[in-house]
Amino acid sequence: MALDDLKTKDFAFVGTRPNRPDGLDKVTGRAKFGADAYAPGMLHGAILRSPHAHARILRIDTSKAEALKDVKAVVTRADFSDKVEFAPGLEGEFWNVLENVMAGDKALYDGHAVAAVAATSALAARDALKLIEVEYEILPHVTDVDKAMLADAPVIREGAADYSVPAGMHPNVVRMHESGHGDVAAGFAEADLVIEDHFTTEATHQGYIEPHACLATLGMDGKGELWCCTQGHWIVQKTCAALLGIETANLRVTASEIGGGFGGKTTVFIEPVALALSRKANKPVKLVMSRSEVFRATGPTASASMDIKIGMKKDGTLTAAEGIFRLQGGAFPGGPAEFTAMCAFAPYSLSNVRQVGYDVMTNRPKQAAYRAPGSPMAAFAVESVIDELCNQLGLDPIEVRLKNASREGTKASYGPRFQQIGLVQTLEAAKAHPHLSAPLKPGQGRGISCGFWFNHGGETSVSLALSEDGSAQVMVGTPDIGGSRASMALMAAEVLGIPYENIRVTIADTATLGYNDVSHGSRVTYASGLATIKAARHAVEKLCERAAKKWGIPVDAVKWENGCAVPSGPNAGDFDPLPLADITANMGQTGGPISGHFEATPEGAGVSFATHIVDAEVDPETGKTRVVRYTVIQDAGKAIHPTYVEGQYQGGAAQGIGWALNEEYIYGEDGRLQNSVFLDYRIPVASDLPMIDTVIVEVPNPGHPFGVRGVGETSICPPLAAIANAVSAAAGVRMRNLPMSPPRILSALKADG
Amino acid sequence: MSKIHVSTTVNGDAVEYLCDPRETLLDCLRDKLSLTGAKEGCGTGDCGACSVTLDGRLVCSCLVLGVEAEGKEIGTVEGIAEGDVLHPLQQKFIDYAALQCGICTPGILVAAKALLEQNPDPTEEEVRFWLAGNLCRCTGYDKIIRAVMDTAKDMREAV
Repeated sequence: MALDDLKTKDFAFVGTRPNRPDGLDKVTGRAKFGADAYAPGMLHGAILRSPHAHARILRIDTSKAEALKDVKAVVTRADFSDKVEFAPGLEGEFWNVLENVMAGDKALYDGHAVAAVAATSALAARDALKLIEVEYEILPHVTDVDKAMLADAPVIREGAADYSVPAGMHPNVVRMHESGHGDVAAGFAEADLVIEDHFTTEATHQGYIEPHACLATLGMDGKGELWCCTQGHWIVQKTCAALLGIETANLRVTASEIGGGFGGKTTVFIEPVALALSRKANKPVKLVMSRSEVFRATGPTASASMDIKIGMKKDGTLTAAEGIFRLQGGAFPGGPAEFTAMCAFAPYSLSNVRQVGYDVMTNRPKQAAYRAPGSPMAAFAVESVIDELCNQLGLDPIEVRLKNASREGTKASYGPRFQQIGLVQTLEAAKAHPHLSAPLKPGQGRGISCGFWFNHGGETSVSLALSEDGSAQVMVGTPDIGGSRASMALMAAEVLGIPYENIRVTIADTATLGYNDVSHGSRVTYASGLATIKAARHAVEKLCERAAKKWGIPVDAVKWENGCAVPSGPNAGDFDPLPLADITANMGQTGGPISGHFEATPEGAGVSFATHIVDAEVDPETGKTRVVRYTVIQDAGKAIHPTYVEGQYQGGAAQGIGWALNEEYIYGEDGRLQNSVFLDYRIPVASDLPMIDTVIVEVPNPGHPFGVRGVGETSICPPLAAIANAVSAAAGVRMRNLPMSPPRILSALKADG
Repeated sequence: MSKIHVSTTVNGDAVEYLCDPRETLLDCLRDKLSLTGAKEGCGTGDCGACSVTLDGRLVCSCLVLGVEAEGKEIGTVEGIAEGDVLHPLQQKFIDYAALQCGICTPGILVAAKALLEQNPDPTEEEVRFWLAGNLCRCTGYDKIIRAVMDTAKDMREAV
């Protein structure tokens, strides 16, 4: 049986577009999300948050709140494990998370949790918060990345920097990354034109519509149950157990349906607090964030300040590129400085390239991953400079990108050599797309950009069990955040050869499977998909063994075809095909239940590239920008369920449009977040957007049995730059700062005269 | 604070609950009637995930007090299907993959149904502006708009 061959064509199920298995639940209101769980005797939790950007906590008096009849528990930092040791830099991530979910000596940002209450109703819990007295000593604060690096900036936490930071830098710089190859000075000397420019992007929030929610039970026996909306329940289990000082296996975590995450639900915020309240009250505690808490206290992406220098010859050849990227990741280490630097020049084959990233702390909430963390900002800066070089040298932006594009064998700007990749194919598809040649109206501009993301494998464990009637249940450990159950069922159906409808995919809890990494890094269809295929192949091996036994022939004389065991050739014997259901019908008597299992940390997540084309229209009177046409072209390796691949492309583009034009964290002089509701932090609404056209390019990833590459994140990498290039063309002035909100556009137009 | 007794009708069924005067209709639907289809995405009337109808009018249930439901007729996502037959919008949303995570879907279905009841032949622009009060962060709205437009066409042709 040649089961491990890469299969890239002649699929029966893969590439079709069946309805998702959880569709009915989700259109009828039946699907249970984080806040939809209730338990007998349940209490409601609420969290008190710092109104100050930076303040020493001198005293917390909870006695008045505790005296209320409806209040059953109050917790502060003292109620968490004291075994979570502080360690400088990134080594102490558990400590960082603990410090973030419940402040220790200092409140580090507006919205930082300082105490929590569990009461008999949500209203009683909120009322009780008002009775908790906290005495603060207000400290100087800083929220801007460039200011946080200046000599006189207040220090967020002394000793947080790791070994990578050169001596003499401000203590708020906690990590530095430097990479590249060649000689950039020599490269710039070869160029006919060198452009050096400065760009900034603001922090944006993932903006998932479902606020964080959980239902926690932790008894005096040290055993706990946790229901929560998360992108990965094993990391929740591991982190909560550490923070509460219990054994990992004694906490069972079940992932609810998840109402969006985009990277923002890859860590914990309220879950350890709810568990601590439950342990103290000895009752289940439900804790649900308000939208304002989501904005103030969960991770937005980092804001960035970037210097880019690129040299080009008159024929469009890139001679050298250099970038410095400063990423503000809030009051903790972890801003994606490395990813930003490493992604910046990845689309281009460069002999001379250097990139430097700085991870900088400020008095803002701890940043969390947001869809290809770091890459969109880098692409904005780099692709803007490439656009400007093309403009000034009179070159076609697609041809220049094709000329310099990374291909198979190119030494990537961040080190390794690329394997089979699809950037050129996306550029060729862009060149051929009618969008690129469609006429523009007055006041409109067109922009293009490429984008890159690594993609990720991660720990993955999948089980597949066959039923006597020949149906199959697949247990995966990656929460279904956008239709992945359908993709898993398609891949299992492809291997087993049974109908898609006969396969039920369940997101297993932490007690049911081994450790599964989070649904992040565009890894689900790649890694859980790979594991599903291999688990199904494992089951097929057993099915073939049963057939061989029945027929009295060697197992290697049996192969699996269209859902049946068949003799592998004329010499194997003359037997009728044996359907799966005929084997499972009496499997109890022929050797026992048949299951397949697979677990690994797959390393072959193929990198992914995209090219976007955007038309934008700028109103010079109001400064308002409208995106009038948008086309996403991206390499999916192999689209398992093309409709959901299109959905990822469209969703990434829409989030990019919000980031480019409107979304930003706005801080006042007092260091408080000024726009912590959806009215003021305005994500794109239906009337803001055009239809978003998609082209799926398929250059198979050799690291997946069916050629899959992750698609979730790359779609947000090009939009910032593509839109900035379109707006700059429409407005006739280069836009260097995001978001390109009406006031920014008006002032740019005014400065341009 | 003493609670107030409310008698109302939800999806055609007579129901009663006791509520604090500060509790919203959304709180009451979810916590007292176990109708968790309507979601709280913002609590400030900006996201539309809690959309319901109140005497036929589309409202954000997070902006209506529980006590205001007295004597009214409420419609929620749980009442959209007729028995085991899905409303054409529900089926079309599944067919078109007009949802990814699904948290906004109940509110969007309630809102889209209200649109088609008063305008069976909306333009794309009319659908986009009608649904501008319903935030979706996953889809970019493309497939949602197409699903609503195509449902409207089917429903017109079925008449």
